[in-house]
Amino acid sequence: MKPVGIAAAQSGPGVATRRQLLFGGVAAGAGAALALGSERLGTHAAETQPALRGPPLHGGEIVPFHGEHQAGIGTDAQAHATVISLVLRPDTDRDALRRMMRLLTDDAARLTAGVPALADSEPELATNPANLTVTFGFGLEFVTRAGGAVPSWLAPLPAFSIDRLRPEFTGGDLMIQVAADDPLTVAHTVRMLLKDTRSFTGVAWVQQGFRYAHATVAPGTTMRNLFGQVDGSANPLPGTDEFDKIVWCDDGWLAGGTGMVVRRIEMNLDTWDELDREGREFAIGRTLDTGAPLTGKSEHDDPDFTAKGPLGFPVIDDIAHIRRARGEDPAQRIFRRGYNYDVPPSRAGEVSDAGLIFISFQADVATQYTPIQERLAKVDLLNVWTTPVGSAVFAIPPGCRKGGYVGETLLEV
Amino acid sequence: MTIKTQRGTIAASIAALLLLAGCASEPATPSAAPTQQAGDVVTITDAWVKAAPEGMTAGFGVLENPTGEDVTVVSVQTPAAKAGELHETVADDSGAKVMRQIDGGFTIPADGAFKLEPGGNHLMLMDLTAPLKAGQKVTFTLTFSDKSTMSFTAPVKDYSGANENYSGGEHMDMGDGGMDEGK
Repeated sequence: MKPVGIAAAQSGPGVATRRQLLFGGVAAGAGAALALGSERLGTHAAETQPALRGPPLHGGEIVPFHGEHQAGIGTDAQAHATVISLVLRPDTDRDALRRMMRLLTDDAARLTAGVPALADSEPELATNPANLTVTFGFGLEFVTRAGGAVPSWLAPLPAFSIDRLRPEFTGGDLMIQVAADDPLTVAHTVRMLLKDTRSFTGVAWVQQGFRYAHATVAPGTTMRNLFGQVDGSANPLPGTDEFDKIVWCDDGWLAGGTGMVVRRIEMNLDTWDELDREGREFAIGRTLDTGAPLTGKSEHDDPDFTAKGPLGFPVIDDIAHIRRARGEDPAQRIFRRGYNYDVPPSRAGEVSDAGLIFISFQADVATQYTPIQERLAKVDLLNVWTTPVGSAVFAIPPGCRKGGYVGETLLEV
Repeated sequence: MTIKTQRGTIAASIAALLLLAGCASEPATPSAAPTQQAGDVVTITDAWVKAAPEGMTAGFGVLENPTGEDVTVVSVQTPAAKAGELHETVADDSGAKVMRQIDGGFTIPADGAFKLEPGGNHLMLMDLTAPLKAGQKVTFTLTFSDKSTMSFTAPVKDYSGANENYSGGEHMDMGDGGMDEGK
């Protein structure tokens, strides 16, 4: 064996000094933080250079990946999201599911911390997590192949009369929600994750959505949809007992997890344009400017469904959206975390193909979500302008600890 | 995700703590006794192996040496392959990149690191004993020039790159034991 001197060794392409490795870039810096444990997470991925001028940079902001619950549910919704639905290959058995979820969890844990995934061929795209979250959900087929207890609600939703579902937006066995405040980060993360699913799954559908850009409005501001309405005013506040009760399951492998409904709702902007402002507010039961109920002053005022106008008619119409959406039964509550979509028009003569990627989380889809949707499908003024074109239901497993993986409560028993 | 021996983890943590504490100008090395064996202190991070149905494939990662002296890896063994080799990638006479067994092993510089990466140095797995599927784990044992050893496991990942030619006579692509995999 030929002795190799240090000078020769250091000139080789694979050789880096320790300091180069640790200080050689943002990625290496974040790697060191990761190796130290989670105490530095939740702050910043990298030492940020003080900007000489311009606004503060937020690319280094991190949402911790590990925890009792998966991130991307109670997390304040980021500006961009891509929701992917995958179909398992015929030979993807329980062992393969385990291998896949280990790989995907490792990718997600690294990328959300601003660290390139293993075998990441574009590591420079991993260094700005920008509040990246990756959330995994399992469809009926996944849970069945895993041999786990199938929640009663984990099935396609009942066929609603208003549905015009298209296969390219419906169903699937494995859901991955990738969300961040930077679309380049979302794209790279999606690419990396999908490369690692290739042996196990095929892509069923991909939906891309957006909200206000980061720092455009105050965190927690209810999003506006493309009808101009505030969308999601009735949401429980993450971190409250109310939220916990509505969202988190407390039983079996799903304890700490939740149920997810993804619906693609086409919104017909052209016919909505025919409606004057008063008609729009009448349809929803809220004002457009503040989002206050027509009986209230501010967005979060409780609507007064008994209030009557001067002619004796209800101020909030009997079939206005907020009246129909709100049931008598307090158990029928959900947490909404949807995104807008706006894609090139595909039909001749139209100038828009836009709508809402409706996403809701609830512990029990059948008792919390389905009754609301049944009521809305029956009668809701908004149905004139909206059409559900996609639908899927997933069980969202709990989060995992460092060294564990998402799905282990299902796949390790 | 970080695969290290236990002692290696502690050493790396100390190094990282020193750096975070602003002591980066000090050598980030625990006081290594001269008699310390390489296998006890060298660590590997971000180890992974390219998936392959049969034939050859390669393993990658970053070896780190926290001691004040160079250490040299002289061989690699794994139950996943009938033979393991230490390979480098170099340009041949025509300028094309080829991989070949390295002379003298992998020398990890004192207080430094040695990268194993696609297109560069790597752990070569010859004649796989079974298909390596994405998400499986492969155990490796490295032997150092002082006869000490270290073991670690690395996950298998699908990867379309790392297709350098093998300069062992016939030209073969890694990952499938044959020519272009067509991935």
